[in-house]
Amino acid sequence: MLEGECGKAAAFSMRILSQFAAVMGAEELIDISSAHIDGCLYHGQTSLDFVDRLIADGGRVRVPTTLNVGSLDLIHPELFLGEKQVATAGKRLMEAHIELGCEPSFTCAPYQLEKRPKFGEQIVWAESNAIVFANSVLGARTNRYGDFIDLCAAITGRGPYAGLHKTENRRGQIVFRLTGFSNALLHEDMLCAVLGYFVGSKAGNSIAVIDGLPSTINEDQLKAFGAAAASTGSVALFHVVGVTPEAPTLQAALQGQPPEQVVEVRPEDLWTSFQSLSMARHGASITAVALGTPHFSLTEFEYLHKLLQAYSGTPKAGFYISTGRYVLWELEQRQLDKFFNERGIQIVLDTCTYVSPVIREMDGVIMTNSAKWAHYAPGNIGAKVAFGSMAECVRSAYEGKICWNESIWSGK
Amino acid sequence: MMSGEKMVNTQEYALAVEGNLVCNGTALAQAIKLDVPLSFWGGYDSESGTIIDASHPNRGQSMAGKILVMQRGRGSSSSSSVLAEAIRAGTGPVGIVLAENDPIIVLGALVAGELYGIHCPIIVTPAEQFDRITDGDMLSIAGTQ
Repeated sequence: MLEGECGKAAAFSMRILSQFAAVMGAEELIDISSAHIDGCLYHGQTSLDFVDRLIADGGRVRVPTTLNVGSLDLIHPELFLGEKQVATAGKRLMEAHIELGCEPSFTCAPYQLEKRPKFGEQIVWAESNAIVFANSVLGARTNRYGDFIDLCAAITGRGPYAGLHKTENRRGQIVFRLTGFSNALLHEDMLCAVLGYFVGSKAGNSIAVIDGLPSTINEDQLKAFGAAAASTGSVALFHVVGVTPEAPTLQAALQGQPPEQVVEVRPEDLWTSFQSLSMARHGASITAVALGTPHFSLTEFEYLHKLLQAYSGTPKAGFYISTGRYVLWELEQRQLDKFFNERGIQIVLDTCTYVSPVIREMDGVIMTNSAKWAHYAPGNIGAKVAFGSMAECVRSAYEGKICWNESIWSGK
Repeated sequence: MMSGEKMVNTQEYALAVEGNLVCNGTALAQAIKLDVPLSFWGGYDSESGTIIDASHPNRGQSMAGKILVMQRGRGSSSSSSVLAEAIRAGTGPVGIVLAENDPIIVLGALVAGELYGIHCPIIVTPAEQFDRITDGDMLSIAGTQ
């Protein structure tokens, strides 16, 4: 491939991939079954030049390749409130990736698509929350890949055989043991996001093993956990004992070896994390709610639909949900999109409310149920944030002020 | 910037950094040594060429035309893009010295080299030499070109 027998674009990609693999310490490259590309978010001229070079050289992806979020909602471009130049370049970058044969999924949750990697599959995925979900929940194998190398892997169909692609490197290292939690708190849907936020800050880039979560924990909660852990730390893989596929038991998660460290996690630790996620107090007014980071799933829309039954009319605060176009199409088929429309809820596609300027009510506190959003939005878009469960976000939106159910924490 | 007189003597005074050259190229410039690792994404503005991470001790400083010296990389994998863009725009470092190898940083420099022919060498140096480098030192990285 380096010699150009597969075309100039493949030779160019292979040159970068093989040097990158050497730096990673990989002795060989392996075939991959899919790629997920984060390079379609515009970071400057280089983003475009890289893709244009591949197109000019006749590049085409060799494996099924999905795309992460871009800089704007291509279905609702009128929502974009930023500079016109960024919108134009961002749109061009997204379209250029489609020209290379990538699927126009534009979602940070490609694991919510119908076709997703199976257990043991070797993949090259970018986007920290997608990486951690693919590794931990699906049991597929990827390292923390990012811009440029994701596309080089897609064009060549190969990845570096190192790190988490190898079984022995997937062993749990730090055990986080939950102690003293009430049943109600354990089953609270926002617990996983807060726990992930805490674990990421302690685990760094180590592989965390969570012991003590109920086996009923669902994919939406695992998504929230992973996204949070990959925000405060560089967590690329975690195991939840009795839940995730490589952790039927604690012993299995540790591959039969003793843990390097055991951390006791108590409700008061998470209460501290919970508080650190908010920049405003109970009762403070809010101007908007932002859900869907990572992209809202169909089951989250169903849950929100149920929560909204307790309220009527439109909320006092602006209400935004980021999701993928495939999820919206499902909503349209079930004719649920109309319901959310009538409630004044703005569904944002192809991008995310913390990377694209779409929220109109930036002059006050914005509430979210995503620890990742709460972590990045202040730096990215200058938002003042508050964090709460989805139920708390909905209630707060209708009341126009932060309404926490703090009793959930006192029952510890 | 340096005075004319100093320019004449730099070659002589520059400390030749030794170690594992993970991205090829040559550089001769003043060091900007960071005590805390920086994530280029969210931490460096490639337009103005300044460190923008609000919590970083070197906030407001520029790496333009300098050799960046830091222990290791940090944070988002989108850092490759920001570094490549800074190298292209001339707002980034002209060389990088690390104590720990970092594929994300190397990738940014590799891509800038491939796309624009601007080579920002990266060298991973042993701890004892890394510790000897102080902020403002004149450094040289000698590639194989």
